[in-house]
Amino acid sequence: MNNVFVYCEIEGQSVQDVSLELLTKGRSLANELGVQLEAVCIGSGIKSVVDKIVMPYGVDRVHVFDDPRLAPYTSLPHTSILVNLFKREQPQICLMGADVVGRDLGPRVSSALTSGLTADCTRLEIGPYEDKKTGVTHQNLLYQIRPAFGGNIVATIVNPDHRPQMATVRSGVMKAEILDKNYKGEVVVHTVSDFVSDSDFVVEVLDRHIKAAKNNLKGAQIVIAGGYGMGSREGFQLLYDLAKELHAEVGASRAAVDAGFCDHDMQIGQTGVTVRPKIYIACGISGQIQHLAGMQESNIIISINTDPDAPINTIADYVITGSVEEVIPKMIKFYKNS
Amino acid sequence: MGFNIIVLAKQVPDTRNVGSDAMTPEGTVNRSALPAIFNPEDMNALEQALRLKDKFPGTTVKVLTMGPPRAGQIIREALYRGADGGYLLTDRAFAGADTLATSYALSAAIRHIGNPDIILGGRQAIDGDTAQVGPQVAQKLGLPQVTYVEEIKECAPEYVVVERHIDGGVETVKCPLPAVLTVNGSAAPCRPRNAKLMIKYKRALCPAEKTEDMPYASEYEKKPYLTLTQLNCADVNADLSQCGLAGSPTKVKQVENIVFQAKESRRLTSSDADIEGLIKELVSSHTIG
Repeated sequence: MNNVFVYCEIEGQSVQDVSLELLTKGRSLANELGVQLEAVCIGSGIKSVVDKIVMPYGVDRVHVFDDPRLAPYTSLPHTSILVNLFKREQPQICLMGADVVGRDLGPRVSSALTSGLTADCTRLEIGPYEDKKTGVTHQNLLYQIRPAFGGNIVATIVNPDHRPQMATVRSGVMKAEILDKNYKGEVVVHTVSDFVSDSDFVVEVLDRHIKAAKNNLKGAQIVIAGGYGMGSREGFQLLYDLAKELHAEVGASRAAVDAGFCDHDMQIGQTGVTVRPKIYIACGISGQIQHLAGMQESNIIISINTDPDAPINTIADYVITGSVEEVIPKMIKFYKNS
Repeated sequence: MGFNIIVLAKQVPDTRNVGSDAMTPEGTVNRSALPAIFNPEDMNALEQALRLKDKFPGTTVKVLTMGPPRAGQIIREALYRGADGGYLLTDRAFAGADTLATSYALSAAIRHIGNPDIILGGRQAIDGDTAQVGPQVAQKLGLPQVTYVEEIKECAPEYVVVERHIDGGVETVKCPLPAVLTVNGSAAPCRPRNAKLMIKYKRALCPAEKTEDMPYASEYEKKPYLTLTQLNCADVNADLSQCGLAGSPTKVKQVENIVFQAKESRRLTSSDADIEGLIKELVSSHTIG
């Protein structure tokens, strides 16, 4: 009872990265609260597979729901499972990924349980909260910290009176770490029909195409990112040339994506991918807050910009004042020579 | 065969073009410095509704917006593009609502309006980016939902077939009606305003927007369609304890400005010497190579 729950998103027989990242975060929250970590795995043909994937992240109990009708994901049956399970288990915290599945499921579950949900959190912490109106101080609440208002402010949200406290987190924001590869928890395989009624299976998936991700931005050691200052789709070619030499991945700011210079899945920032490379080369990026939020933890930041006062320069280790068209070919040349 | 469609739309501050005056010195949001606009993805939802109206004669498209009296502008914008009418849900009791209390109020209003076949809305609003209201309205009304919709492919009396975006791909789903659909910004953009409709609805106002000394007061008696429907908490039979701040499980503990740790930057030029020096330094520290 009153444990920390993580909804594990499953594609086929594997667990999505974002869920493993949340298990690691959930483990540390559970430790701080002195409670257990439980994982919910819903899918088809996952029995005796998924528990072995999630357990090493420090999961004390895995709830498995295995039924051919539960994959691919549809809203209603997954909602019914979580709602009925949560009514029984009374979790104090529930975390899920802020991707298409989590952002479809989370609000529906929170509405059914009238519990609060905070979307796209960038930090989760435990702390007290004093309700100024009633004078009551609540201990050990989940601080759900997220950027708001287009990334211009950061808000700390709490749910003092309702359980579970629900939050979604984007992929790449937290770090997944195996706690102990021999960690032993309990596996509970539930009878699906106890949780879901036939009428929940009204939405039918007729067709489904998943393409393997075209880039590996999240895990890249070197990221070269282009902004609106690259001028065009063709302008981005320079970045690919440099990326090829350095074995780097190419990313982009929201402005470059919105302008159609590159694909949406290359967007770095608060509403895109979060990256933490060894080196981040920002080319023609002015540095809106929403972009900085997705790359500020890079080890070394190099900014190439014609504007010596571009906002991104304040967080850069090296500021090269000049045009990308001039600087990048020189970088390629000197790198090849070295 | 016509459909009753309700489009959920929100008037939002334009957070995409935030200037330096968007924040007050105290660190709060200066809403007056940001223009109020029709939430972009709600526009995409409106377009999907209008396409159904084009295709199926007898279809009606009504817009439902919750907000202060000036949100009447959202309804006019929808009328200019071909919507048949709209509802402004406005009451002080709704103030301070989080997504759950907002969804409760909207679902009460939809019950009051009655019998929708399709409820459309944008995937999310740009002032919150939560994407919660669509699914929560669906849950409160006991309806199925399809989120991240790109296109309505087929619409029949009992079901709809839609293409939706999923992580790394696309999915085609068949969903029984009535249902709630939320539409992505990458879906078809909304058609522009129609000049004839602009002339027709230019003076359309919600009762709360009207003032005593309006020069065209007599027009409202002659043309009832110029008075937009306004609903309050009592009209839609909403339970006060589930509205506004009281009905919001989430509380804002604190709000702060984002401050990035400024670094001691090394300034370089684009000269050969500077670039060569930098590359050598990065190679010798094994940062690259």
